[in-house]
Formats: sequence, structure tokens, C-alpha cells
Amino acid sequence: MDMVAGKVKMTQQSVNTAMDPSDMLERPIRLTARDVTVHYGAKQALHGISIDIPDRAVTSFIGPSGCGKSTFLRCINRMNDTIEGAKVGGTIKLDGEDVYDPNLDVVELRARIGMVFQKPNPFPKSIYENVAYGPRIHGLARGKTDLDEIVVSSLRKAGLFEEVKDRLNEPGTGLSGGQQQRLCIARAIAVGPEVILMDEPCSALDPIATAIIEELIDELRENYTIVIVTHSMQQAARVSQRTAFFHLGNLIEEGVTEDIFTNPVNKQTQDYIMGRIG
Amino acid sequence: MVGYLLLAIVVFALVAFWVGRSAGDRFVTAGGASVHSLPGYHGAFVAVWVGIPALVLLLLWIMAQGPVIDGLLLGTLPATLLDGASNADRSLLLSEIKNVAAGRIFAEPTPEIAAAAQSLLRWQQIADWLMVVVVIAVMLLAMFFAYSRLAPRFRARHGVERFTTFIMIACSVAAILTTMGIIASLVYESIEFFSMVPVHEFLFGLRWEPQIAIRADQVAGNGAFGAVPVFLGTIVIATIAMLVATPIGLFTAIYLTEYANDRVRNIVKPIMEILAGVPTVVYGFFAVLTVAPAIRSAGSLMGLATSPNSALAAGGVMGIMIIPFISSLADDAIRSVPRSLRDGSMAMGATRAETMTKVLLPAALPGIMGGILLALSRAIGETMIVVMAAGLIATLNINPLDSVTTVTVQIVTLLIGDTAFDNPKTLAAFALGLVLFLVTLGLNVIALTIVRRYREQYD
Ligand SMILES: Nc1ncnc2c1ncn2[C@@H]1O[C@H](COP(=O)(O)OP(=O)(O)O)[C@@H](O)[C@H]1O
Ligand SMILES: [Mg+2]
Repeated sequence: MDMVAGKVKMTQQSVNTAMDPSDMLERPIRLTARDVTVHYGAKQALHGISIDIPDRAVTSFIGPSGCGKSTFLRCINRMNDTIEGAKVGGTIKLDGEDVYDPNLDVVELRARIGMVFQKPNPFPKSIYENVAYGPRIHGLARGKTDLDEIVVSSLRKAGLFEEVKDRLNEPGTGLSGGQQQRLCIARAIAVGPEVILMDEPCSALDPIATAIIEELIDELRENYTIVIVTHSMQQAARVSQRTAFFHLGNLIEEGVTEDIFTNPVNKQTQDYIMGRIG
Repeated sequence: MVGYLLLAIVVFALVAFWVGRSAGDRFVTAGGASVHSLPGYHGAFVAVWVGIPALVLLLLWIMAQGPVIDGLLLGTLPATLLDGASNADRSLLLSEIKNVAAGRIFAEPTPEIAAAAQSLLRWQQIADWLMVVVVIAVMLLAMFFAYSRLAPRFRARHGVERFTTFIMIACSVAAILTTMGIIASLVYESIEFFSMVPVHEFLFGLRWEPQIAIRADQVAGNGAFGAVPVFLGTIVIATIAMLVATPIGLFTAIYLTEYANDRVRNIVKPIMEILAGVPTVVYGFFAVLTVAPAIRSAGSLMGLATSPNSALAAGGVMGIMIIPFISSLADDAIRSVPRSLRDGSMAMGATRAETMTKVLLPAALPGIMGGILLALSRAIGETMIVVMAAGLIATLNINPLDSVTTVTVQIVTLLIGDTAFDNPKTLAAFALGLVLFLVTLGLNVIALTIVRRYREQYD
């Protein structure tokens, strides 16, 4: 435990010196996690994760599968609440506000922290209804024209509008995999979140669709704090400004992406990057 | 005699098995690894050849013997006895002869009958012994044939395999044939009925008084076979049942899948299964002895005229019976909506209830509809509860506090007592049965199609 905390401090030092001053230094910290643990029943999946996630940048989580990346991501918007037997410890703060505060409204929290899943999961409704879903349940639109506007602008931001503008009333499930995933991103954006969590959003997509989504993520960085889990180190290198390496439920190393890939401090990180850990 | 013969077949088959296996053993000792099949397969091959044809022959013989002897008997009777006799008269005559032959004599039989009884006894004896001889001969022939085919390279194993396949096919064919037989008899008797009562009168007639004249001059002796009141009563009771069962079953399913934790689920699910296993006659009791009087007294408190066997009581209890059915099918339907959809909705900040009503239920709707239709077809076909708790008189009304009757109740009452198949009263039961069959079949086909199509969507 102490060891991990020390490591975090150490990497933070290295971050501070290595950060590109023009881009990163003035970015305020949006999310802070301290000593986050997760148990699934008797099994401990996370052993004290501490990390700071900066505003309007892409932070990627990498690591072998089963190391707890998704689990940690789900802690941030409290999706672990929906898993029977999952217990979360430690603190996570969004803008200094404790996410696990009993007085906090989970519904509001999840409106502020959107999520995109591994497999595109559009609802079996029309494209329009998929995007309108969030604004409707949160009462964000005053009337039909307002809602139309939200839907169109969300689809635009997700880079999907031009492709679907003539068939907004056709089912979202009829789109291609990549389009479905962008629809899910539009759906998340429609609620006006500040943070977007993405759990391996390209793992079910072909290379072309993946490239489109990566480009989109890069654009969205302007306006959103993005956390992306990926099993592809190339993807992490391409889209993220900061990278965190997880292994066996521990956060091993975290820092500016370039540093992690060119000059990792930790031996395990080196091994993983060289492809020696599965 | 038949019992001994069955025993003999078993013994023969065992002997055949042993003979075949020793032959197989000998091949193995002589030829070693080059023998195609294990000795047991040789044994089984011979045993099957000895046992099965003999068994089939025995069954056919037993089925054919009675009718053949009956025919012979009628042939020997003097023409004076048979002149102008109907089928019923003939079967009366035959049973008299059989009674005499068996020694159950009520009055001094006529000489013709006595003679016929004598020949009946003789023929029966001949037939029995002939059966024994033929069956044993067949077994010996089969044993000889099968044994002569055994050889080291003989593929007894494939022979046994083919036989096993054949048995399985025969079993499934038997099930299909039985169903087709039932349908055929329904259709046949219904056609008979519709030759006496026109189809349109049956389907659209408003009066259901299924009696037949006992004397020609009887007042109101002619029955009326307009089944609309019966159909209407069925619809009333099924509607009440569905109104009770659908919301309760659906909400139970929603609660169990989305809200209940494992502990509650582990208690409620077995209770639902018990509910599903209660014999319908017990539900009938419950309807007659508990629910109907309760409804009646509640009705009289409010100043409503309530029949002692109100549609409400029968339909309500039937609804309770169907609850587990709907809840388990709805449960399946909701559960088969992929978890990712629920996660997607929850991650948007939707509450459980919003997720349920806006995402899960719409996605599960086809499955739920299928379940409701299946339940409806069960409600329409349910018999015991309505026989005990619904009315007998077909009246043209839809008041749930009144007594109505259903198709199933009418079928039961039509077939109780005198069941000669030559009058419209009895045959009407088949026509009703045919309608019931077609309706429930249609509902089931639609329901299963919906359910299946919907399953494909996510798998
Ligand atoms: N719902 C769950 N119930 C029980 N154990 C789980 C559950 N989800 C994940 N785990 C366990 O937690 C560990 C981390 O899983 P996960 O966060 O999915 O890893 P990753 O996303 O890095 O592949 C794994 O060992 C996994 O088996
Ligand atoms: Mg994962």
C-alpha cells in the first residue's frame, strides 16, 4: 500500500518535470482518486488506486486484461453500484466533490459523467430517440424544437450527423458498428456531461471505424475530460496525453503518455510495453 | 395366454442374445482383432431380430383377432337376425353372444345365439393356439436368419445402431400419429355434426340449448346449437383471468428481475413454482368454496345481484392460476434483454424505473406479448376450474357478476351421460372441441413465432 502511494508520488514528480508546459501545466485537475479499493464479494479487484485526471485531456488506462481497468472506470460514475456484491472503498472527487457522498444524487452524477461501452449498445429505438433519451429523462429540452436542436448538435459533435440526417427515424441498431459507437457517443454527449468515460470503445470495430473514433476523441478533448480504457498501446499513444498502467489491481505507473512509452520508470511497465506481459 | 407368450418372447430374446454373444466370443478367440464388432453387439443383433418382429406380430394379432372373429360370427348368423339391423343392433347382438359364451346368461338364449356362442368359443381357442404357434415359429425363423448372418467381419454394431435409430424414429412418429389421429377424429365428427347443424348456425347462432327430443311431440324438444353465447362466456372468463394475471405476473417478473436481491428471489421463485404446480381441481375448490361466496357477499353488501357461480369467481381464480405462467415468461423476456442496454441506460443517469419502462420493457415487449398469448390460450382451454365454478346455462351476457358458461364446460356436460355418436347433442362437443383446438393452436403458433423472432434479435 505504502509502496503504491510512494510510487504515485514519485511518478507525479516525474510528470511535473516531464510535462509539456504549453499544453498540460495549466490544466486543472478534474478528478482525483485516493486509495480506491474494490471488492467483488470476497475477491479484491483493486488495491488502492490513487490518480489525478486533468481537465480537457485524454487519459488512457492500459494494462493486461483482468487488471481492473474497467472496474476503476466504473467507480468514477458509480456504475459499480449496479453490480451485486461490489464494494468500493477510498475516495473519488469530481471538482472536489465526493462522488460517494451519500447526499449526492447518482442520477445527477451520471449526467455529468457520461460513459461509452466496449460493445456499441444503442437502444432498440430510432436514431433520434437514442440521442433524445438522455435529454428527455433529465428534462433538458423545452419543447420539440429544443430537443431537435440538442439531437442534431450532439450528432454533429459525434461526427455522425451527415451520415444519418436522412434517416433519423430508422432504428439505431441498423447502423454499422462504428456508426453505432458514434451514436452511443452522441447519446452520451446529449446530456451535456463534463467527463466522458470510454471502456475499450474500439475493441469491437474494424480499423477504419477505429481511426474515425480516434479522430473524434481527439476533437472531443477540446471540450471534455476523457478517460479511455484501451488494450491497444498504439491507441493509447495516439489519442491520449496521459497514460496510466494497471497491473493485477494496482496502478503501477502514471504520467505523460510520451514518457510512459519512451522512458518508463517501472520495470513492470517496461515489460508490458515491450510486450513481455500478456 | 398373451402373458405367457410375452414371457416366452423375453426368454427367447435372452437366449438369442446369449447365442449371438457366444458366437461373437468364438469369432474373437479365433480371429482376434480382425473381428468387426464386439461380442455384445452380435448378441444384441440376434436378440433384436428374435424379439422385435415377434412382439410386433403379437400386438397386431391381438388387435386384429377381435374384429376378425366378430366378422366370422356375423357371417354364420342366419340372415333373418341381421335383416334391417343397424350397426348398434349388430353390436348388441355380438355382445349378447359374448355374454352367453362367457357364461353370463340372463335369459334363455335362442338356439341361433347359443350356437354362435359355441362357435365363438371354438374360434377363440383356435386363434389363441394359432397365435402361439405362429409367434414361436417367427422367432425360430428370425433366430435362424440372424444367426446365419453372424460372421467375424459382420457389422453387427451398425445393425444395432440402425435399430436404435429406428426405435427413436418410431417413438416420435407415434407421438405425431397420435396427434394427427386426434385431429382427424375431431374433424370427422365435426363434419358429421355440421351435416345436421349448418356451420353458420353454429358459429353465429345466438341460442345454445343443446338438447334433443326424446319423444317426437315433446315441447321445446328441438335443440338450438348457436354457439355464440358459449364463445362469449369463454371470452368473458378468459378476459377476467387475463386482467388479473397480466399485471400481477408482469409486475412480479419486473420486481424479481430488477429490484429483488438474491435472498428475496430465492424465496419468491419457489413459491411461484408451487403456485404453478397446484392441481387445477384445487383451484376449482378454492373458486367454489372461498372466492365465489366472498364475491357474493361483497356484492350483496353493495346491493348488486351476484350469481353464486359468477364469471368473476371463475375468471379470477383462473387468473391466479396463470400468474406464474406469465411471470416466468416475462421474466425470461426481460432477462434476455442484453445487460449492455440496461448499463447504457443507467450510465445516462436513468433510474431503475425509467430504465425498465423506457428501455427494458419495450425491448422485451415481443417476448412478453408472446407469453401473454400463450397464457391466454391456456385460459381458454382450462377446464377444471370452470367446470367447478362457472355456470352451465349459456346466456348472452357479459356481466362478470352473472353466471356464464365456457366451451370447455359445455364439452364436458355434452359428453356426460348418454353418448351415442349419432345425434347433434354429442357431436356438438366435437365441433366445440375443433373450434377450441383451432383457436388455441392459432394463439400458440402466433405466440411462439413472436417469441422466436424476438430471440433471434439478440443472440
Ligand atoms: N461483475 C464482476 N463480478 C465479479 N468479479 C468481477 C466483476 N467484474 C470484474 N471482475 C473481476 O475483477 C477483475 C478486474 O476486472 P476488469 O475490471 O473487468 O478488468 P479489465 O477491464 O482490466 O480487463 C477481474 O479479475 C475480474 O474477474
Ligand atoms: Mg475491461
